[in-house]
Amino acid sequence: MSELTVNGIRVDDTFAEAFGMRATALNITAHNPAWAHQAAVTMTGFATSVIGCGCEAGIDRVLNPDETPDGRPGVRVLLFAVSTSELQKQLQNRVGQCVLTSPGSACYAGLEAEEKLKLGNALRFFGDGWQVSKRLGDKRYWRVPVMDGEFVCDAMTGLSKTAVGGGNIIVMGATAETTLAATELAVEAIGRVPNVIMPFPGGIARSGSKVGSKYKGVPASTNDAYCPTLKGSGHSALDTDIASVLEIVIDGLTSDEVAAAMRAGLRAILRLGPERGALRIGAGNYGGKLGPHHYHLKDLLP
Amino acid sequence: MSALVFTLRDAPAQRLDLAPLTPDRLLGLSEGKIAAIELQTTRERLCAGDVFKIRMGDATQIRFDGGSERFDRIGAGMSQGEVSIDGHVGIQAGRLMRGGRVAIAGNAGPWAASGMKGGTLAISGHAGERLGGPLAGETVGMRGGVVIARGDAGARAGDRMRRGMIIVEGKAGAYAGSRIIAGTLIVRDRAGRLPGYLMNRGTIITMDGSDALSPTFADSGVHEFVASALMASYVQAYSPEVAAMLRRPWRRLLGDMAAIGKGEIFYPPVTN
Repeated sequence: MSELTVNGIRVDDTFAEAFGMRATALNITAHNPAWAHQAAVTMTGFATSVIGCGCEAGIDRVLNPDETPDGRPGVRVLLFAVSTSELQKQLQNRVGQCVLTSPGSACYAGLEAEEKLKLGNALRFFGDGWQVSKRLGDKRYWRVPVMDGEFVCDAMTGLSKTAVGGGNIIVMGATAETTLAATELAVEAIGRVPNVIMPFPGGIARSGSKVGSKYKGVPASTNDAYCPTLKGSGHSALDTDIASVLEIVIDGLTSDEVAAAMRAGLRAILRLGPERGALRIGAGNYGGKLGPHHYHLKDLLP
Repeated sequence: MSALVFTLRDAPAQRLDLAPLTPDRLLGLSEGKIAAIELQTTRERLCAGDVFKIRMGDATQIRFDGGSERFDRIGAGMSQGEVSIDGHVGIQAGRLMRGGRVAIAGNAGPWAASGMKGGTLAISGHAGERLGGPLAGETVGMRGGVVIARGDAGARAGDRMRRGMIIVEGKAGAYAGSRIIAGTLIVRDRAGRLPGYLMNRGTIITMDGSDALSPTFADSGVHEFVASALMASYVQAYSPEVAAMLRRPWRRLLGDMAAIGKGEIFYPPVTN
């Protein structure tokens, strides 16, 4: 693979291949920032990959009280799925089990769009007849009595059909420590880009996957070409100086936002340099035949 | 372009039906055609040109210089633009409004906002009885939009309201929010006897209590409601003082248990 070098770091001449997804956003509020964060973390837990979790979800950003409908501290989360029906199912289950149950929580639409998903309209039945709706202008809320007061929830939230999932950066370094340092910096930089999430733990995946497996019925398996302990296998994509590889997967509400996130991540890694960070940067794709969104690294360099 | 102005020539000799003088009806009409619009409510024919001096302008911005308690049905059925009245108006102001804004500088008579479906009705003075309420034979009152009365409201404000919001910055008469089906009625000052009489669902907020409360309302204690914070955000643009008060804790009274009991009155924490 041809490559160019920026600030001493090798950048593969390759691209990240991403897919169209359905997405929505929620604004979760609570009495204080800690409980808003807790509800958001719980709701977006076990949502690293659509392969095994049904959806990909994460925290977009923290909301100040003046940004939320009820004037309390909040957190904005994004959810991505491969179909509208799966997204609706995941939304209902996750808000019902993780936000409704969290002390003092309320949940509002975080995305305005023509097409809608049921939010409170699906959860109100928990009220067992005691739920009440409150319409204020164009907005309809549901108030469901719970043991610490009321769970308040928007009736609907917006659905985006132009979201993109699977933007990625593969970070390769000489040691686990330097590779992680570079990747953490990139995650921090991407975290400042609005409307994107990095669904893996702390924004980082160490078990990048390829499509398929030698075993029947396994849809994805380890990306052996990027496993440093298999460098001698003959199928490796890694150079001899690479001993650790991490991946950042990025989902965004639009393709432009995924590109902006990748750009921010690349800039952070390149700025750190090879001594303390990565030696090489790559991206994951499937030959360009599966996903319609291609993000070429050379186009995103600072 | 400046507003289309109707200047009252003399106090009208009969009640007038001003429903035809809305942006929906006047857009595109010439001065002659506007002047020929009949407004009488008796057998004596009376046209707009007889009652008002007309200064042509933007028909989406209609202004009445001078008001009268005989100005009935002003802004009725309108869906766009703004109608402002520099004085009092009679019955059914803004009845069946669907959009736009009606601003009354004086008092409004009974049935203001009757059956209103959308838009904003602002009354700087007092509102008469049955604000937003249905006419005889109708089963549903106000169905949407916002009414703000800076003064007091007469008896049965919000009667049979189905949706929307009424804010009364002054006092409300007896039976405020009677038979409410849903929607929100806020009374900044004190309400008269028996607010929420036979209400089904909906929210009545009597910020300074009421003269008498029906025993068919069940006290559910004092709470900080996220819902009232949402209402405060919504009300902020109409009445900042009411919005600030909404952010306080409220005593929730469930009722009316003499009906289906799915409604609520937010009452001051210390019952008075």
